[in-house]
Amino acid sequence: MSTTVIPTTTYEGTRIPARVPTILDVPEELRDSEDVLRVNFGPNHPSTHGVLRLIVDLHGEEVVGVSAVVGYLHTGFEKSMESKTYWKCITFPERIDYVGYQNNELVFVLAVEQLLELEVPTKAKWMRMLLCELNRIHSHLVFLGTSALELGAISMFWYCFRERETILDLFELVTGQRMHTRYFQVGGLAEDIPQGFFPECRKFVEWMPRALDDYKGILDRNEIWLERTQGIGVLSGQDAVALGQSGPNLRASGVDWDLRRDQPYLHYEQVDFRVPVYPNGDVYDRYRVRMDEMAESTKIVRQCLDRLERMEGTPWIADDRKVVLPPREELHTSMESLIHHFKIVTEGFRVPEGEIYVAVESPRGESGCYLVSDGGPKPWRVHFRAPSFVALEATATCLHHALVADLIAVVGSLDAVMGDTDR
Amino acid sequence: MTEWPRLPGYVSHRDGPEMPTVTIETARIREACEQARDELGFDMCVDVVATDRIREACEHARDELGFDMCVDIVATDYLGWGDKGVAGYIGTSSGRDLMHPMTQGLQVLPGLKSKRFSISYHLLALRAGAPRARFQCWVDEGEHVPSVISVWPTCDWHEREQFDLMGIVFDGHPNLERLLMPEDWEGHPLRKDYPIGGEPVRFSDEQ
Repeated sequence: MSTTVIPTTTYEGTRIPARVPTILDVPEELRDSEDVLRVNFGPNHPSTHGVLRLIVDLHGEEVVGVSAVVGYLHTGFEKSMESKTYWKCITFPERIDYVGYQNNELVFVLAVEQLLELEVPTKAKWMRMLLCELNRIHSHLVFLGTSALELGAISMFWYCFRERETILDLFELVTGQRMHTRYFQVGGLAEDIPQGFFPECRKFVEWMPRALDDYKGILDRNEIWLERTQGIGVLSGQDAVALGQSGPNLRASGVDWDLRRDQPYLHYEQVDFRVPVYPNGDVYDRYRVRMDEMAESTKIVRQCLDRLERMEGTPWIADDRKVVLPPREELHTSMESLIHHFKIVTEGFRVPEGEIYVAVESPRGESGCYLVSDGGPKPWRVHFRAPSFVALEATATCLHHALVADLIAVVGSLDAVMGDTDR
Repeated sequence: MTEWPRLPGYVSHRDGPEMPTVTIETARIREACEQARDELGFDMCVDVVATDRIREACEHARDELGFDMCVDIVATDYLGWGDKGVAGYIGTSSGRDLMHPMTQGLQVLPGLKSKRFSISYHLLALRAGAPRARFQCWVDEGEHVPSVISVWPTCDWHEREQFDLMGIVFDGHPNLERLLMPEDWEGHPLRKDYPIGGEPVRFSDEQ
C-alpha cells in the first residue's frame, strides 16, 4: 500500500492563482478593457446546488476572472453545539452535510467515542458501515442526477432519483426517517436492526448493478455528455494536493488516496473493495470515479449484509450505563436504571477532558471532526472539516480559460453541498 | 452561580503555567512525527510551536517530513476554561471505572491553559499508514499569527474562516476578509464571550 500519483495528462506546473489561491484575477492586459463584463452568478441559481455566489468576469464567452462567495447558509452549527449535551448534538452534524448525513453523524459519534474510550459492539460497526455506504450511493446519485440535468440529460435525473427513493425507503425502514436519521448513538446504534430489512436491502443490492449499467448506457457513449465533460475543468494531482482536495475530486486527479483503505476505521480493513483512480482530473473523470464508487459501495453493502445476517441477537449498543440509555423495559423494574436514564437525559454524560481530530471518508472526501472536551457534559468546541468547503477553493484553479457554459459543469462536478460549506 | 469545590492547588487559567514551546531545531518534532508514522489510526501527536515560527515549522513539515496536505486549521477559545460549574469530569481517583456504579469519586478539573486561543493545524501525509500531525500555537487577544498560505494554498479559506468566527489575525494573508458572516458584521461569533441569542429577532414584539 503506497500512495502513487499516476501519470496524468493534465498540465505542467501549477495553475493556482498567484495572488490569492481562491480568486482568479482578470489578466493585466484586460483589466481596463471595456470588453470584460462582470456577471453575478447566484446566490440563488438551480445549478449551484444551494446558495453559492460566483462573481464572474467574462471576456466574450471566456471566464477570465472568478471569485466564489460563500456563507449564505451559515447557521452557526458549531456555536449551537457548544450549548447542547453530547447526545443532543448528534442531530447537528447530519444537517451540516444534508446529502451525506450518515457519514457526518458517524464522524461526530466516533470522536466522542474516542474521547470516552468506549468499545462499540461489532454488529453496530458493521451496520454503520452498511448505512454509510448506502448513503454514499445516495449522495453520488444526487450528484449524478443533478449535474447531468444541468448539462441537459433530463432523463438521468429521473433514473437516479428512482434508485435514491429505494435507498431512502431502506433508511426509513431502519430508522423511521428518510433523511437526518439520527440512528448512530454514542456507543452503537439507537435501535436494533428491524426485521425485514435484510431481504429488502438484498433486493436493492441485486438491482443496483443493473441500474448502473443503465446510467452508463445513457451517458458513456453520449456524444453531448462527452463533449461537455472531457477536458473541462482540469485540475492536476499536484494542485489538488496543494489545494487540500479530498475524496472523489482528488482521485479523479490521479492521486490514489482513500481513507477507508489507507486509514481504516470501523471494519473497512475486513471488506474487499477497489479504490477507483483516474488520471485526467477533468469533469468526466470526476463523474467516472463516482460511478465506480457506487459499484464498489454496492459490493461493500453486500459484504456487510453477509456478516450482519449472522449476527442476529447480538448487542447493538455498548453496555455502559454511564453513557448509554438503559433498555426501556428495565425502567419498570430497576431503580438504578431509572436514575441512569434520568441523569443521561437531563444532565447528559460527561466526556473526559481532551482534544481529538477524527476523519472519515464521506461521499465528498475527508470529513473531519475536531472536538475539545473540558470534562463536562457539553462539548467545549466542535469544528467540522468540511470537504465541500475545501472543494470550492479549487473553483478558481479549475476555471482556467474555461467557457461560461463549462462553469456550470465544473461547479457541479466538484460536488459541493452548501450546507457543508457554510455550516 | 454556585462555586464548585476545587481540588487543592487549583489556580485559574489566567495565572496558569507557561505553555511549553518547542522550536523546530529540537529533535522533538521529528521524533513525534515518526511516532505518528508508526501508529496507524487516528492518534495524532500534538506539537506546540512558538507562534512566530509556525510558518517555518510548516515548511519543515512539508519539505522534510512529507506532510503534503494541511487538512484543517481550527482555533479554540479557552476563555473561562475550567471556571464553570459544569467543567470537570467526575470519575474515580484511579481514572474512569464504570464497573463500580454509584461511584462519584473526585472531580477532575481540566488542565490549565496559559493563553486564550489555540490554533491547531492538522496535517496529513499521503503515504502508507496515513501519518497525521497537529501543530498548535497559542495566542492571547491582540496577538497575530503568521499566515501559512505560502506553504499550503488551501489555508486561504481556513484562515479566513478562523479570522471571521474567532477573530484571529493572520499576518501576511493577502485577502483577510470575513468569509461566512456578512462583511459588516460586528464581533466574532465563536468566541466564548459572544452570547447565544444576542442577535435581535426581526418583527418580534420587542421591535
